[in-house]
Amino acid sequence: MAGCGLCFSLLLAAAFARQAQALWPWPQYIQTSDSHYAIFPYNFQFQYHVSSAAQPGCSVLDEAFQRYRDLLFGSSSWQPPEPTRKQHTPEKNSLVILVVLPGCDQLPSLESVENYTLVINDDHCFLLSETVWGALRGLETFSQLIWRSPEGTFFINKTEIEDFPRFSHRGLLLDTSRHYLPLTSILDTLDVMAYNKFNVFHWHLVDDSSFPYESFTFPELTRKGSYNPVTHVYTAQDVKEVIEYARLRGIRVLAEFDTPGHTLSWGPGFPGLLTPCYSGSRPSGTFGPVNPILNTTYEFMSTFFLEVSSVFPDFYLHLGGDEVDFTCWRSNPDIQAFMKTKGFGNDFKQLESFYIQTLLNIVSAYGKGYVVWQEVFDNKVKVPPDTIIQVWREEVPVNYLKELELITRAGLRALLSAPWYLNHITYGPDWRDLYVVEPLEFEGGAQQKALVIGGEACMWGEYVDSTNLVPRLWPRAAAVAERLWSNKSVTNLDLAFKRLTRFRCELLRRGVQAQPLNIGYCEQEFEQTA
Amino acid sequence: MRHRGLGLAALLALLAALAPRSSAAPEPALWPMPLSVKTSPRLLHLSRDNFSIGYGPSSTAGPTCSLLQEAFRRYHEYIFGFDKRQRRPAKPNGAIELQQLLVTVVLDSECDLFPNITSDESYALLVKEPVAFLKANRVWGVLRGLETFSQLIYQDSYGTFTVNESDIIDSPRFPHRGILIDTARHFLPVKSILKTLDAMAFNKFNVLHWHIVDDQSFPYQSVTFPELSNKGSYSLSHVYTPNDVHTVIEYARLRGIRVLPEFDSPGHTQSWGKGQKDLLTPCYNEHKQSGTFGPINPILNSTYNFLSQFFKEVSMVFPDHFVHLGGDEVEFTCWESNPEIQGFMKQKGFGKDFRRLESFYLQKLLGIVSTVKKGSIVWQEVFDDHVKLLPGTIVQVWKNQVYSEELREVTAAGFPVILSAPWYLDWISYGQDWRNYYKVDPLHFDGSQEQKKLVIGGEACLWGEFVDATNLTPRLWPRASAVGERLWSPENITSVGDAYNRLTVHRCRMVRRGISAEPLFTGYCDYEYKT
Repeated sequence: MAGCGLCFSLLLAAAFARQAQALWPWPQYIQTSDSHYAIFPYNFQFQYHVSSAAQPGCSVLDEAFQRYRDLLFGSSSWQPPEPTRKQHTPEKNSLVILVVLPGCDQLPSLESVENYTLVINDDHCFLLSETVWGALRGLETFSQLIWRSPEGTFFINKTEIEDFPRFSHRGLLLDTSRHYLPLTSILDTLDVMAYNKFNVFHWHLVDDSSFPYESFTFPELTRKGSYNPVTHVYTAQDVKEVIEYARLRGIRVLAEFDTPGHTLSWGPGFPGLLTPCYSGSRPSGTFGPVNPILNTTYEFMSTFFLEVSSVFPDFYLHLGGDEVDFTCWRSNPDIQAFMKTKGFGNDFKQLESFYIQTLLNIVSAYGKGYVVWQEVFDNKVKVPPDTIIQVWREEVPVNYLKELELITRAGLRALLSAPWYLNHITYGPDWRDLYVVEPLEFEGGAQQKALVIGGEACMWGEYVDSTNLVPRLWPRAAAVAERLWSNKSVTNLDLAFKRLTRFRCELLRRGVQAQPLNIGYCEQEFEQTA
Repeated sequence: MRHRGLGLAALLALLAALAPRSSAAPEPALWPMPLSVKTSPRLLHLSRDNFSIGYGPSSTAGPTCSLLQEAFRRYHEYIFGFDKRQRRPAKPNGAIELQQLLVTVVLDSECDLFPNITSDESYALLVKEPVAFLKANRVWGVLRGLETFSQLIYQDSYGTFTVNESDIIDSPRFPHRGILIDTARHFLPVKSILKTLDAMAFNKFNVLHWHIVDDQSFPYQSVTFPELSNKGSYSLSHVYTPNDVHTVIEYARLRGIRVLPEFDSPGHTQSWGKGQKDLLTPCYNEHKQSGTFGPINPILNSTYNFLSQFFKEVSMVFPDHFVHLGGDEVEFTCWESNPEIQGFMKQKGFGKDFRRLESFYLQKLLGIVSTVKKGSIVWQEVFDDHVKLLPGTIVQVWKNQVYSEELREVTAAGFPVILSAPWYLDWISYGQDWRNYYKVDPLHFDGSQEQKKLVIGGEACLWGEFVDATNLTPRLWPRASAVGERLWSPENITSVGDAYNRLTVHRCRMVRRGISAEPLFTGYCDYEYKT
């Protein structure tokens, strides 16, 4: 491995000595040279190979071709160049795409194969992939390879790339409860996720603060629980739009409905759902977590999650399960009695487990898999072996790497988020701290490490809404994207800085309000009319 | 926050943030809080088509004053303009309509002048049926009063524009209330600067401190020395042309904002060297020039010839009486390494004290600036290093360690002072840091009444190492608003809880006016920011 790491670095260095490399995230294998080909927008096209399983009419790729054409050349119409300018370099007038397996109308899944091969040489300008998802990743890479001379001609260097992701779950969490995010903010984020090869949008839809998800079985939840039931909600149509927009970019939508804690906003729309807290011998008028001792609670959950299971097509749902505060349960005499009946003693973790286990049974009956926050594991809830545990706590109860070790040793799959809480901000280039994380740096065999299926950058919403989301997210989340996609050996901070600086300027060029990494400039600044 | 302990303060804030959902009647939230506010529960209604702003019969300013004409148009938009789809709401029975705001300027209006450090910004506002009155000595007070008037108006739960009868008397606590932007570490497009000026007016700031050049780039296009920006800017599209500068100055004037240009020297000048040969000191390494350069070379006559011409231009381009000369963080290593400088030190009898060389330079520069009839502002090092300053030179305090001691010393020496040390907004951290900015009181230092009078104000500084047009606005607002209120409102306006409630509404108002001001905490605005 050491030898390979070395040749990798050399390869990186070599790549930089040559033309405009702003690739992000860095591909698994790349070979490029100085020789290059001209590309002329007036005649360039994306083409399906005759033996490709995907052909015209494949929405995922048809639309991607249009998107990348616009990203590269804008939407203006182009004229052929003057003949004198055309002669110097050989020309490429198409990228030929060959997808091996059919499947244009499906949704991406955890198992989707995203591998691709990109060959640009004298004989070919060719993108090969097993699935349409791989083709999407390859198109993004292709778009990053194209550069423009000062005279305005587009070029691409002779290049060969074999690429595939290191981890299959590369997620970004947005929180639409602490602050409502307009639909456009979500869709714009999905675009930038695709530029970074992220493939999971973890949608933390509801929480204590508000309930913007418009449920058709329980419309009162939004009516009473959203910030404003007209303007601050996601309708069924909005949700569909997000899911389809994401699908077209090879991104899964992982919906989170966090219970039994973090549910204050559920209460007004479904009276009786939350635990009444007591002050002395009387209800205090405040409420705690979901009431786990009532049949009506589980009837509600059955109906609600039946709806959620059909609205969100991904195999997985996120069920939350974090930060359950026991104070209110403890104060409630009915709960105390229930604890006695069940023989839980004073161990409220057992009550929490009771709730979660019942919930997991409900959800698995709908044929769904689930992700939960680490407390569910820490509190020893009995979970089925296919449960995915998301690690978010940095040091407590143990360091996050140790936590990964414990989870995978128990044979469960894990997702890492702890070092990637992007809502935490500090002065200076903190992307470096995000970048240097190595998710597999814990004790354990290869089999155990294979259980770490990826990670997520989390942008919690206490201090974030559509005013500051984009610059706070990008390019910091890009650091996480490369860690989750690229080879383990891609760790050189200086090279990453150079590439990321260019990539952030490319994001600006694409209209993304990505903030600077350090002192400097981009050819085209944000809000600067050219 | 999610998944991390909530502090008590944050919990209370959360409750406060959730409160508007249940409370039916919205109320006006003034920011910054005026000197004196009396409101009555009597409500008046306004409608877009029936309300106008005009002049009182005895006003010295009238429709020929374009500054006010533009302000009237602007504020009509701010009050009504963001809800054009709104149907005319049915008037509740017996509602009284406010149809006019009459503006009276009492003294010579100063309509065509530039604001300055002594400009009178006071005003009196009386909102009463059937006509409201705004009275001020000068146009500057009218601008501040219009902002306050616009903040009094809110939409009730039926969407009707509503205002309480009110009686407000107002004037600022400090005359210098500034925002520093840095266009050298990152270039800021003119559009971003103009947007910042808009938001400044919403917060009654009155000085744009334009740190226009620095080591990294020289975007100011000089007519006398065009090579400075030709060679020293990031690129030829990263420059401020004379026309750009003029645009900024006039846009600021129309909002009662001074533009204070800073040309920092002798340090922080690497970018000057590219376009002006021999201006910077060549550094030496073992008896040979190393090829790198240090601060401006203070021992050459050519340096002072250059500075005379350059600042002559600056004094004509920028109408404000003051120029900021910088003078901070002068690094002596390069001067020490240079044999000619060593020779000069010996000849002048400076010994090894390079602060005396720095003083030598700055005194000459201060002299140049006073011959072009400008006043000078300098960073605190110039005072700390005992440069002999002309009386009236303003010292800006920026070092965060014991800044109250520095305030005491500078004012004891009789110099006016501007405070920035606690208000470096480029230093970001998680959570509600605006509270810390808010709690500062610039006059909390040991000193006589005379000394305290020398504190002319303060500035919130947003240095540009990690800031450009992408994140400028949400990083500046509403955090700078905390500083805005501290510098405008009376000393006794200190309740952080009350400030939280008002600032939450004020930030939504800024969002509605197109400023992407970030949230203070969990919650929502009726109109969220849409890109």
